[in-house]
Amino acid sequence: MSHAKAQSKSVLWDWLTTVDHKKVGILYLAAGAFFFALGGLEAILMRIQLMFPEFTFLPAQTFNELLTMHGTTMIFLAAMPLLFGLMNYIVPLQIGARDVAFPFLNALGFWLFLFGGILLNVSWFAGGAPDAGWTAYVPLSSESPGTGIDYYVLGLQISGAGTLIGGINFLVTIINMRAPGMSMMRMPLFTWSTFVASMLILFAFPALTIGLLLLMLERIFGATYFAVDFGGNVIIWQHLFWIFGHPEVYILVLPAFGIFSEIISTFSKKRLFGYSAMVFATLIIGFLGFMVWAHHMFTVGMGPVANSIFAVATMAIAVPTGIKIFNWLLTLWGGRIQFTTANLFALGFIPSFVMGGVTGVMLATSAANYQFHDTYFVVAHFHYVIIGGVVLGLFAGAFYWWPRIFGYKLNETLGKIFFWMFLFGFHLTFFVQHFLGLIGMPRRVASFLGGQGLDEMNLISTIGAFFMGVAFILFVVNIFVSMKNKETTGDPWDGRTLEWTIPSPTPEYNFAQTPLVRDVDALWYEKYEGDGKMKAAEPLGDIHMPNGSFLPFIISLGLFIASFGFIYHLWALAIAGMVVVFGAMFVRSVKEDHGYHIPKEDILNAKGGK
Amino acid sequence: MADHGMDPTAPLKGEPTKKVKRKLARETRTQVISFVLMIFLTSLAFISIASDAIPASFAMPFILLLATIQVVLQLYVFMHLNERGNGWANVMIWSAVIIAIPTVASLMLLLGIVKW
Amino acid sequence: MEHQHTVQQTLPPNPEKATLEGRNKFLGFWFFLGGETVLFASLFGTYLGLKGSTHTGPGPDELFSLPLVFIMTMILLTSSLTSVFAIINMKKGNYRGLLLWLSVTVILGLAFLGFEIYEFYEYVHHGLGFTTSAFGSSFYTLVGTHGAHVAFGIAWITTLLLRYRKSGLTLTNAPKFYVAVLYWHFIDVVWVFIFSVVYLMGIGG
Repeated sequence: MSHAKAQSKSVLWDWLTTVDHKKVGILYLAAGAFFFALGGLEAILMRIQLMFPEFTFLPAQTFNELLTMHGTTMIFLAAMPLLFGLMNYIVPLQIGARDVAFPFLNALGFWLFLFGGILLNVSWFAGGAPDAGWTAYVPLSSESPGTGIDYYVLGLQISGAGTLIGGINFLVTIINMRAPGMSMMRMPLFTWSTFVASMLILFAFPALTIGLLLLMLERIFGATYFAVDFGGNVIIWQHLFWIFGHPEVYILVLPAFGIFSEIISTFSKKRLFGYSAMVFATLIIGFLGFMVWAHHMFTVGMGPVANSIFAVATMAIAVPTGIKIFNWLLTLWGGRIQFTTANLFALGFIPSFVMGGVTGVMLATSAANYQFHDTYFVVAHFHYVIIGGVVLGLFAGAFYWWPRIFGYKLNETLGKIFFWMFLFGFHLTFFVQHFLGLIGMPRRVASFLGGQGLDEMNLISTIGAFFMGVAFILFVVNIFVSMKNKETTGDPWDGRTLEWTIPSPTPEYNFAQTPLVRDVDALWYEKYEGDGKMKAAEPLGDIHMPNGSFLPFIISLGLFIASFGFIYHLWALAIAGMVVVFGAMFVRSVKEDHGYHIPKEDILNAKGGK
Repeated sequence: MADHGMDPTAPLKGEPTKKVKRKLARETRTQVISFVLMIFLTSLAFISIASDAIPASFAMPFILLLATIQVVLQLYVFMHLNERGNGWANVMIWSAVIIAIPTVASLMLLLGIVKW
Repeated sequence: MEHQHTVQQTLPPNPEKATLEGRNKFLGFWFFLGGETVLFASLFGTYLGLKGSTHTGPGPDELFSLPLVFIMTMILLTSSLTSVFAIINMKKGNYRGLLLWLSVTVILGLAFLGFEIYEFYEYVHHGLGFTTSAFGSSFYTLVGTHGAHVAFGIAWITTLLLRYRKSGLTLTNAPKFYVAVLYWHFIDVVWVFIFSVVYLMGIGG
């Protein structure tokens, strides 16, 4: 049982080997922000191309690659990692835990995601990015020449494995690592939504794994699942993709719902209205999320009864979502509302998301769907739910938890300018796209003819996109100019939940003593019924910590190398990469690592000494 | 911490208590009986296909029923899903089954070949 | 921290769940199996959707042989029982028994894998290649994925047997053994559906 190693490790090595959930969370946030900027840039390029009719800013092939990579990047490499970053940092703090259940796997999940994302983007420099849309429908994808789709398949396979690992880790963490008194029905809503989203990850990602496996075997090894001339069927891919793909949108939006629940409650100075209804609605949305995927396939020709069943199931989701909307409104009702930037994002979310929900019900009407399918109406709809729900949620969460994560507050004035500019740009970009779609502009086209009533609205949409782009730059500027606003109280917003009970910056071990939870909104309860401090559930003692490890990086690197072997049919390289992977897994299995203890005296010093 | 004071590398010594031993003996008996039952169910499934006397329209659902029984035996007797404290494992496995059923059904039926 | 070593390390009734780490591993692994359920459901669905698409190649009723599948099924079923005996011995504190029964499990697993390789070899000779037809592709993918799971299970349990051949049962390796055995049972669960849905229904219907 060795003590903490005395020698100071280099900063780089520390980050490469870290298994601390807080550092892994920051890594997720940093990588996610990078990919978010990249995906945003791809969007801007597309919007420039569509600014004027028959514009020749980009060749059509590049446009196809951009639209594919924009969707893939934003969903898999930006939105999910950014949410994972917040979950990683915040969930253990919210449940009063010192760490996640599987620190090693947590780090592995991150590195798998990062290497998968890098692999996907290497395709730009290796003969062209994937060009079959983020949904990669066969036979377009299975017959697509070049290596772009191979990069898509392997990149997503690797990052998907990382996501699955992350999901299992959150589930076990939330079930097994809660502080005494933190029953399931006392958990903050963000933790609850993380829990349900992780369940969705657990059951949705295997379908994607199989879909990608089949596509890989078809493209690289000549299998014939989708080859109609060999008796294959292309609809199989659509099912597998959407069995994953539909729950995926709930994986994204439920944690955002959780973030809004925290923020609205905190800045209304009220307990969340209808806590148990909120939890129940989250669970129902999670369940229904699995039963509606075929509404993406109404025009496939499954038949009227099948379409009707999926249409009704889809419309049913509006009910639990409506419950949530009303609960947020009733939380605000009569509250002492503070219009902080975080809360502005939450307030902006409610009407924006409702608009996306309404077009969702329109799309769910299977007969009308034949008209909407594959038009800009669909593009407008999912950007309203994903930007209006997930992205606003991420920015809200960023402003809310920034002092907790980085130890300083973001500038509120800059933040509010950013909010208004972003919200304005968002509606400007996507509101007109509803009408573009209704008058018949198909999605995924690289150009359009003038004089058909599409010109003005496309120009407006592009101007909106620039507003969002400039707003994001303002956010990045805010990050740097605010660095001097050090936050040392640990509770800048007069918070309600456990993550605000610890000093800032967050100690490595989170809680010197595991807190005793006595109610929902544990800290708020102590502020009103107790002395404002959490009661300890255990005496002060040595704290066990896991050792860092470089193996997660090695395993992910091995898969990264092996992927090139698969893409270019260099079997020796593929085998070499897999040897690295299994070798590292073998080392992990054989070498026992029991971690170390931080002695009691050090914790006492940190508590009182400074 | 809860685990403080336990050495994770020291060999565990000693025998289980009498009560635990009795429980293990009971468990072994149940497991052997289940195993015999599984062999029986498997043989029955094979026979229902091998024999010409049984019509396919009966054999197909019958085989599926036998498979389901056998899997439940595996999960609850061999894998101890019935034990106390395995509630969450049950939740996840059965959730997975609930999602697996429409997955299999749609891949079988909703391929645009037969319209429903 | 010398005081820690003075604590008596007696055998708890459930050594696999005696530590928080063990409980995490136990629960996480069950969840993983939940994910695996959907994974195999996707493969089963694909197979069932494409089962009739034999193109110019042979179909299931021309290929499958009942006796071979019966033998393979019995082998895998028996290996499930031997792994159960291994865990019973672990709980009894009989470490040698644990190692012995797990070794038997590995040998049975190898026998199963041998039969499966032989089976695939035979089918290829009868004209069903991986790329022959959509039926061929989906059949090899489903049964092959199961076979890959068997191979991984064998490698995993063998690693544990070699690594811990002399250590005796500890609070660290008890959950590892337990979880590996859970994995082995799950392989058998999947096989029950494979022999029923793929082989028996392939021959009979």
